[in-house]
Amino acid sequence: MTLGTTPSQTVGPYLAIGLPWPDGPDVVPEGTPGRLRLYGRVLDGAGDPIGDALIETWQADPDGKFGTAFRGFGRCATDEEGAWEVFTLKPGRLGDGQAPHVDVNVFARGMLNRCVTRIYFADEDNTGDPVLESVPEARRTTLVARPDADGYRFDVYLQGERETVFFKV
Amino acid sequence: MDYAGYKSTALRHPKQQLIALPHRLTEVSGPVFGDDRIGEFDNDLTQGPSGEAIGQRIIVHGHVKEDDGRPVPDTLIEIWQANAGGRYRHAVDQWPSPLDPNFTGAGRTITDKDGYFRFLTIKPGAYPWRNHPNAWRPAHIHFSLFGRAFTQRLVTQMYFPEDPLFFQDPMYNAIRDERAAKRMVSAFDYDATEDHWALAFRWDIVLRGEEATPTEEPHA
Repeated sequence: MTLGTTPSQTVGPYLAIGLPWPDGPDVVPEGTPGRLRLYGRVLDGAGDPIGDALIETWQADPDGKFGTAFRGFGRCATDEEGAWEVFTLKPGRLGDGQAPHVDVNVFARGMLNRCVTRIYFADEDNTGDPVLESVPEARRTTLVARPDADGYRFDVYLQGERETVFFKV
Repeated sequence: MDYAGYKSTALRHPKQQLIALPHRLTEVSGPVFGDDRIGEFDNDLTQGPSGEAIGQRIIVHGHVKEDDGRPVPDTLIEIWQANAGGRYRHAVDQWPSPLDPNFTGAGRTITDKDGYFRFLTIKPGAYPWRNHPNAWRPAHIHFSLFGRAFTQRLVTQMYFPEDPLFFQDPMYNAIRDERAAKRMVSAFDYDATEDHWALAFRWDIVLRGEEATPTEEPHA
């Protein structure tokens, strides 16, 4: 027997009432050794910032494990500049050939379904990662966060020349 | 992802082909939240700082399961909604309907060991928006669920039976399979009403199986 699944609907413009948590961006609390900042902006097809989006992150712990005390989950609503940030630890390699990565959900008004993407790290060896290799080479760069003075930057482009790679899950 | 009737989708949907993400460890696992995320009264939206929220008091309850019928216990559910007059407590919502000082419109709970949940809230009102001339959203409650795995994450809206506004609502009608759309509509549940206290609506939520392979969304 297979039951019909409940369809997805947009989060709408008022997600800020129900979804942000005070500690949402803190996958690990301030002061945790190895804590890093993942940050970026969410932009629409006109290049304008999306100020009512929500980013969620899900990842392994630094040893590449799930189901440990590490929360692994981050959540941040975007501000009027479309900016988001999450404070976390770098995930480890998973032992199945996958490079360190973070799964990402993007929700916003105007999106009937969530958009799913992945963050890889420019300062890791990403060669041989099976998911990255399934992406056309020219577009892989959209999945790679680059380290700078403010953390690891990852912008989400919903459309356009730099459209982020999104996955079907 | 694109639906002409819902104007905001135009600049907010990917235009490139989605790429199939195999379900590996990151996708078949998911965050686990305990009772420490939930306050004792978080599933009761009717109690405000200076008294009770105004409106029709309702119980919203149901069962969360996977598509094979297995219940999903201990999973976080977050809800948010407009008040009885159809107004959200949000700076962007400025239409002329009163705010209720005793209604924030946010609630959360965790399903019990058998996958059941229950909220006490106020029946939300319909409200206007600017999508098309004289556009009104049918009354609804926003729901967010995690399930057991990243693949099961679901954000959706619960509607009320036989709402006369469905015909002109692009969000409801974006689900082109009518049987699927009806799965977003709760049922009036007389047996669960409480005499001299509250009406009741039942809404069961079905999450995709965690082992499901990537497919086109049936309504995409």
